[in-house]
Amino acid sequence: MGKVVVVTSGKGGVGKTTSTAALGAAIAQTGKKVALIDFDVGLRNLDLIMGAERRVVFDLINVTQGTAKLSQALIRDKRVETLFLLPASQTRDKDALTEDGVASVIGKLREKFDYVFCDSPAGIERGAQLAMRFADEAVIVTNPEVSSVRDSDRIIGLLDSKTAKAEKGESVAKHILVTRFDAARAARGEMLSIADVLEILSTPLLGIIPENQGVLRASNVGAPVTLSEPTNAAARAYVEAAKRLGGESSLPVAVPLMEKRGFFDRLLGRRAAA
Amino acid sequence: MTSVAPVQKKSVRFRARSFVAFSLTPEAPLEDWLQRLDHWIENSPGFFAGRPVVLDLNTLDPDAGDVQGLVVQLADRGIRVYAIEADGMEALGPGLPPLLVGAKKTIFEERQAKSDEDAKPASPAKADETPASNSLMIRSPVRSGQSIFHPHGDVIVLGSTASGSEIIAGGSVHVYGTLRGSVLAGATGNREARIFCRKNEAELLAVDGWYRTAEDMEPASRGKPIQAFLENGVIQVAALN
Repeated sequence: MGKVVVVTSGKGGVGKTTSTAALGAAIAQTGKKVALIDFDVGLRNLDLIMGAERRVVFDLINVTQGTAKLSQALIRDKRVETLFLLPASQTRDKDALTEDGVASVIGKLREKFDYVFCDSPAGIERGAQLAMRFADEAVIVTNPEVSSVRDSDRIIGLLDSKTAKAEKGESVAKHILVTRFDAARAARGEMLSIADVLEILSTPLLGIIPENQGVLRASNVGAPVTLSEPTNAAARAYVEAAKRLGGESSLPVAVPLMEKRGFFDRLLGRRAAA
Repeated sequence: MTSVAPVQKKSVRFRARSFVAFSLTPEAPLEDWLQRLDHWIENSPGFFAGRPVVLDLNTLDPDAGDVQGLVVQLADRGIRVYAIEADGMEALGPGLPPLLVGAKKTIFEERQAKSDEDAKPASPAKADETPASNSLMIRSPVRSGQSIFHPHGDVIVLGSTASGSEIIAGGSVHVYGTLRGSVLAGATGNREARIFCRKNEAELLAVDGWYRTAEDMEPASRGKPIQAFLENGVIQVAALN
């Protein structure tokens, strides 16, 4: 049985889709079978980030409504053969998603894949709640600024109350992924520090992705940054985060420093607790 | 639709149930009072959403004709008046909420070891009620958007409370982490209730309806362990040594 991971944040534009693609590709490169589901019905983006927009025939809504088979809608990545995408519908809206439909799609994917990543839409409404509904684990993407952190806190509250696991009295394993971290601005006090973010959210840290032009370049060419620029600082941070998600929870998280040469020169020894 | 089965005679059942309502007491001059109310709503948006409010007109003592206007002004602010409390007012227009008589001043009697439904938090933070006391122990952090309503005793939070969260307690509130949200202690008429926290980053502190917002707190009390209590109708925020 595969693991279902929701990538969520509450706030929009913090890097959910980018992170879904980068983490999913990094895990798939280790030989694990990975499916990425775009839950942003009506505003789909994951197909663009994955460079699969010209190969979309059927989508999540077609599958939940039974007009297409799951195998017809899944798009295999051209670069990593264990990586698959289930795109969202662009012409429908979130009301077209039903809980039973989502349950059945995730149930089938869980049998065939090692990891199922659900790329949540922004907000806390129906789309976001269905994306997290059947999750075993959650990656909460946060930028180091107050509004993003407060929205993440709200999402953690929902993960603890509105998911299938929470309703059974179990809990969804939660991880914080800090993205767009700018070491220079954090040092000047223009951003929340990592310690502040973790103190407010009191949830273990999965990784810190530095602000990096390579991430934008990767989006523009339609490739996860972990595939297109594997030596890039952000890509390396995503690969390490993927390892932690895969169980190497003792791998220390490096806080990017503002030295001109390399972000990862010094390890502060912060540990990602499981 | 025609019913073939014989109609069963079933008596109409009335059950007496008691609810907790918030009582709003407008004061003269009304303009100033409404301004203060707006300020409060600005600080705690959504506070009145879905909450039953009883309008206590005994202090303001308006003409019967002015009541309609006041009810409309409150409705504009999202406050729904369920009933009006006013001594000596004989009748109100048919469009107005009913008059309420014989209301008791809401001092909650201590209920012994009773875990009734409304003692549970309004939103599902993991909370366990200790049966031996009326206090509510919350072992997980209180997240933004969560509202904990515990009218019958103290609330103890072992973690932090987030910005945008809300705790309403009949008794005192103890937060052993950082208090970042709003806390309303003594909300059912207990002036002796206090608020304690290890680190004060609160958005709003209130005891028995008297409140103080973050803006009105001395900067020196921010980030420190504090207690808040009521003294001569003013909320005092004092360092906890």
